Formats: sequence, C-alpha cells, structure tokens
Amino acid sequence: MYEKDGISYYIVDGHVHFWNAAADNRNRFGEGFIECFYGYHSSLSPAEWVWAKDKFDRYTEQDMIHDLFEVGYADKAIFQPTYLKDFFPAGFNTIEQNAEIAARHPDRFIVNGAFDPRDGELGLRQLEEDHRRHGITGVKLYTAEWKGSSRGYKLSDASTLHYLEKCQELGITNIHVHKGPTIWPLDRDAFDVKDVDVAATEFPGLNFIVEHCGLPRLEDFCWIATQEPNVLGGLAVAIPFIHSRPRYFAKVIGELLFWLGEDRITFASDYAIWQPKWLVEKFVDFQIPEDMQGEYGQLTTDVKRKILGLNAARLYDLKVPDEMRATGSGSGTVASPEAAVGPA
Amino acid sequence: MTPVGTARPVTDVTAAVWAALGTVRDPELDRPITDLKFVSEVSAEDGHVRVRLRLPTYFCAPNFAYLMVDDARQAITGLSAVTGVEVVLEDHFASDEINNGVAAGEGFEAAFDGLAAGELGGLRRVFLRKGYLAAQERLCSALAEPDVRLGDVPDSPVKEAFLLRRAELGLDCTPDAYVLTDPDGTRVPAGRVAPYLRFARTVRVSLESNEEYCRGLLRTRYKEYT
Repeated sequence: MYEKDGISYYIVDGHVHFWNAAADNRNRFGEGFIECFYGYHSSLSPAEWVWAKDKFDRYTEQDMIHDLFEVGYADKAIFQPTYLKDFFPAGFNTIEQNAEIAARHPDRFIVNGAFDPRDGELGLRQLEEDHRRHGITGVKLYTAEWKGSSRGYKLSDASTLHYLEKCQELGITNIHVHKGPTIWPLDRDAFDVKDVDVAATEFPGLNFIVEHCGLPRLEDFCWIATQEPNVLGGLAVAIPFIHSRPRYFAKVIGELLFWLGEDRITFASDYAIWQPKWLVEKFVDFQIPEDMQGEYGQLTTDVKRKILGLNAARLYDLKVPDEMRATGSGSGTVASPEAAVGPA
Repeated sequence: MTPVGTARPVTDVTAAVWAALGTVRDPELDRPITDLKFVSEVSAEDGHVRVRLRLPTYFCAPNFAYLMVDDARQAITGLSAVTGVEVVLEDHFASDEINNGVAAGEGFEAAFDGLAAGELGGLRRVFLRKGYLAAQERLCSALAEPDVRLGDVPDSPVKEAFLLRRAELGLDCTPDAYVLTDPDGTRVPAGRVAPYLRFARTVRVSLESNEEYCRGLLRTRYKEYT
C-alpha cells in the first residue's frame, strides 16, 4: 500500500523476477542477455538506484523482499518465470524456485507458470502438474526464447493454440506475453504482435497481458487492443521513462489511455531491472504536462489507482480494501477469471 | 559530422564515406545511423575503406542489423576513390553471421541458413510505411486539410523528409499530388482524415520513444555521456 496526500493506493507489481545470471550459470548468450538487462537498468534508473553489476547478476532473496515489500509498497507481486535454458543452463528464474520463495513469504506473491509450445505433450503434462502443485492462474510466454536451433514461436502457431486450450480448461486465465528480438523466421518482425490478435480472438475467455505494452511496437499493440477487449498492456519498460524522459512517458501513457482506456493497463517494475519504490512514488506524483493536456487529458486518482493495482487485482481476483477502490465506475470490459471455466 | 573514436584526420575519402553513411537509416527507427551514433569509426587506406558499426544492445534484432550493415556497404561501394569496402558490426550476438553474410553478398536467408524463410524486402517495406506515416503526421499536424497538395506546402526539412519517404514507397511526388494519401497512395477520404492522422500520431510517438530508448542504451553501453 502506498499513501500520498491522504490517498491510499493498492499496489500490485505485475512482473517481478528472482533471477540467477551469475557467471557459473550463463554462456556467452546469457552474458549478453544480462548485459542487455543491465543496460536498461543503468540507462533508465535514477543514479542512486543503480546497482553494481555483480549484485545485478545475482541478488539475494532478502534484497528482493526488502525492495518490493519493506521499502517498496507492493501488496502483491507476480512472479513471471523465464527459463532461457539455452542461455542460463539452470534456468534464469523457474517456477519451482519462485514457489519456494513464495511459500516462505505467505500472501506476498502470486506464482505464475510458463509454457513453451515446442515442448509438445510433455510440456502439456508439465503445465497440468504446475497447475496442480502451485495453483497457477497465469503464465508468462517469451516468444523469442531460443530452443536448440529454433529461434522462437508465435501465439498463432497451432501448437500454441493447443496449449491455450489447456489453459482455458484449467482456468489459467492470464496469459502474459513477452516479445523479444528473435523469432522464426528471422526475416519477419519478431516484435510484431499480430499473433496476439489471433489468439485473443480465438480465446475471448483468456486475458492477454502484453508486457511492456508491445514496445517497441506500441502502435501495433494499440491497434489490436482496440479490437480485442481481452488484451491488456503491462507497463514494465515503459514506466521508467517517467524519470529520464517524462515528456515521452506522458505521450506513451497518453496513447495507451486513448486507445485502451484506464481499465486495461497494469503496473509492473520488471524487478530487478527497476526498483518499484521510485516508480510508484513518481507515478503517483506524475501529471501530463500542461501543454499536452489538450491532447491527452489528465491522470486522475482513479486512473492511477487502477493502473497501480486495481486492474491486476481484477485479473487475479485479489481482495482490495474498500478505501483503496476507485470512486468512479470502470468499463469492465476485461474477461474475469470465471469466464474461462464457464460453459464452453 | 565528426567521426567518433577515430584518431585519423578526416580525409576526402573518409568525409565522402561519412556523407554516404548519413543516407543509411536504421529501418526500424527511421533515422540516419550517423545521427544515432551507430558508426563508431571510419578509416581509409589507399582507397580501402573500413567502417565499424555498433548497436544499443547485444540482442538488437538481427534482421534490422543486417539491413544496416548491408545498406552501409552499398552506400560506400561505388564512391569514387573507393577500391575496397569492409563493414564490420561489433558486439552483437550475430556479428559473425551478419558480417560474413554481407561480405559474401548472398543475402539474409543464406547468412542465417535454416533460420530465415526469405530476404528482407518485405520487412523493410513494413517499416518504410511506418516511417511514412510518422513523417506525414509531422507535416500534417498543423494542416489536416484533405485537399492540400504537395505544391501547396512550403518547403521545409519536414516536407523534404516526407517527400523522401514518398519516393521510397514509389508514390507520386509531383506538386499536384495530394498530401493525404495512405502508404499505398490512396487518398484518405475527407471523413477519415482525423482518425487516420490520430493513428499516424501513435506511430510517430512509437518511433520517437523507441529512438529515445535506443539512444539511452547506446550511451550507457559505450559510456558516452556527451
């Protein structure tokens, strides 16, 4: 919970990691990958929040709890596992590891799963097992993940749609989609989000949360999100601009609000790439600059509350204290967790 | 343009090479690679030119990287006094595939054997269209009149940028041509001008914020804070 000027905000951090990118768990691609993350971290964080690279490679559980919940304001944080075993042999951050941490800190974390449609029948059984053991209601998909000679997959692939059917059957309603720089075939735009459109149309009972709002394809993301009410945007990567490039942040959030509305944008830090404490503080203090308000309007308290936690709370069926609810009414266009397990 | 990181004095050849590289754009950001500081060094010895390129991250998309290396090579090849060209992309996960592929001149599909299903013309065109929309929105944000023709718009760098992208898409660039045509050259109907430009603005915001990310990441990666 965060409180400012007598207004309290329920905070859900929609995307956090506890990764292992230490030297003994990475090859040259893993090294390049974590360097890339560190570039984002140091390029867009306020100077006082920049870590040494060693700490960034492998921080401790205590660091994470401290940053998210003790100095940070999160009521809940969502673990989004990312395997990347072709880069990090023991996995970058796995559901098993995340579940152990979550068990040590009750009521703090939501443990999401992951699947890779290239894992075939074995992967489907694993998804069922993860659902049974950890009660997952969401999965993270990284479409650019390398697997042997493969350089990624699409949500519109028949194999992915098959996995999504399984998600629907199990009541795993929140599908977090993360695009990266490679996908087969490499001559196509890997960041293209049109495949999300196909999957979202096919599965109206599932929510598709596109991480970092489709960046670097904000325009394509906005375009499909206007047509698919079950497509949402996660603010990771976009929100740190609030510090270094506030006018660009105003434009990006302005565009998102114009096309998606206030009910389909969710806050995320992508911890440990960014520290949620300063992101939350700056977001609550943020306003669209006056000369841009004619174009984009203003961010109201309700808008901030919804983005910082209420929208994610709706997706994950979290209990929000009465005094932190929005005062106006939302459009309520997002599929609820119940929808997917209802009559086919 | 001042060469970055080169100890050599600027000769006529290197100046010509820098100018040629200034016509090469990052297809994704629609900006010259020299403005973006992707060119880290240009050197020339007896007509043999060597260019070093760098990108904001190790994992920048390999298809766009290939296009930039290939375009840079083509822009330099054929300059007078240039007898040999070597363009090297550094610090990238696919540096070898890209550098060898461009040098061999056999195309992207051959460079990424088994991982690509064709050449990059289609990808380039998708991004030319985005660049076109962004340039059009910059030009039209102040004059969103459906009947305005190119000849009615006073000359400016913004108009010049728009005309260049029009020409690249093969669209009519004569003074009588309407400004508000879509990337296929079809006139935008009067009743559709506002929503058309509204989406074009989103494209512009997207390209501009991507550029900001890339500039920041490059600065951080190469520790240049100037």
